[in-house]
Amino acid sequence: MAKKKLKAHHIERTWCKGCGICVHFCPKQVLALDEHNIAYPAAPEACICCRMCEYRCPDLAIEVECQET
Amino acid sequence: MSVKDYIRERFFPHMWCPGCGHGVVLNAMIRAVESLGMSKNEIVMVSGIGCSARISGYVDFHSMHTIHGRALAFATGIKMSRPELNVIVPMGDGDALAIGGNHFLHAARRNIEMTAIVMNNRIYGMTGGQFSPLSGYAAAASTAPYGNIDHGFDIAKLSEAAGATFVARTTTYHVHELTRLIRDAILHEGFSVLEVLTQCPTYFGRYNRAGDAPEMMETYKNRTVAVGSEKKHQDPDLIERGVFVKKELPEYCREYEKVIEKNQQKQT
Ligand SMILES: Cc1ncc(C[n+]2csc(CCOP(=O)(O)OP(=O)(O)O)c2C)c(N)n1
Ligand code: SF4
Ligand code: SF4
Ligand code: SF4
Ligand SMILES: [Mg+2]
Repeated sequence: MAKKKLKAHHIERTWCKGCGICVHFCPKQVLALDEHNIAYPAAPEACICCRMCEYRCPDLAIEVECQET
Repeated sequence: MSVKDYIRERFFPHMWCPGCGHGVVLNAMIRAVESLGMSKNEIVMVSGIGCSARISGYVDFHSMHTIHGRALAFATGIKMSRPELNVIVPMGDGDALAIGGNHFLHAARRNIEMTAIVMNNRIYGMTGGQFSPLSGYAAAASTAPYGNIDHGFDIAKLSEAAGATFVARTTTYHVHELTRLIRDAILHEGFSVLEVLTQCPTYFGRYNRAGDAPEMMETYKNRTVAVGSEKKHQDPDLIERGVFVKKELPEYCREYEKVIEKNQQKQT
């Protein structure tokens, strides 16, 4: 399988409810909650494009855009 | 297509609380339908009343939001008149097995082709945290502040005994398995039941000191095992996940079609 490289995290700020699921389960501690309690990529360079944050978000608020390398 | 092509964006952000597992079920449901390559027009989602039942408002399939406990009865009518449609019936644990218990048993007994998804948060979320037939012994609820003395159903065993021909269970932690099982349940030609353990941090979590949404999902990760696992023998309280029943039996609509054909031939 080709390795995937992160292009961007698209976070729908008006949909995110700050539940912390994506932050808690990210295997690389890429995500965090900002001062408004909304998810943001604090360490995007560590992202491995597994997309688990996207699949587990109850609010469909996060999309991970990747490219094959 | 992308996820947003399958939802009614105008209703977002949705009404569920932060971290509510029902949203994870919605997420996986869309991915399951997308991976099957089904057109939105081939699917009807029928739901009753409850936080869980609100899911039918968010998907851009044909949808019907009916009354508490009766979604399977409405769904039976739809399937009988339009058997070519894929009928999906998401229900809460109260909706499916308290008020709707009788409809549930008989839909399973008939083996009518539809997908019943029980979004089991072990509580009545919508009405403020009353215990349900799935809360289980010793669970706390607004109506059981000193601990529940009712025992819970085992949805998988109940469904199997009632006649469901596909029976499975998973959780909102296990999202890949969840997507795959929704897919398999939709494809099954008969009555399929998928129980999904889904967190209600607002009521079940709070009353039972089960923590926030991530912590409740950690519990799903740590307290469940794949069906047939050795671990279950050492620790019988672990909850099994996976497919418990998958068998072929005559399906209700096809049988009904045969009755019609046979008797029309007789008359001509
Ligand atoms: C005939 C009828 N009885 C009772 C109610 C009140 N009521 C609404 S939702 C609900 C239970 C919801 O629990 P559940 O089905 O587990 O769904 P959840 O909200 O937990 O997802 C009840 C008792 C109703 N709407 N209609
Ligand atoms: S899982 Fe979704 S709603 Fe929860 S914090 Fe992350 S992006 Fe926000
Ligand atoms: S794609 Fe995977 S590694 Fe990247 S932020 Fe999401 S969960 Fe973390
Ligand atoms: S009350 Fe419980 S089930 Fe209802 S939306 Fe909130 S967390 Fe979900
Ligand atoms: Mg419930």
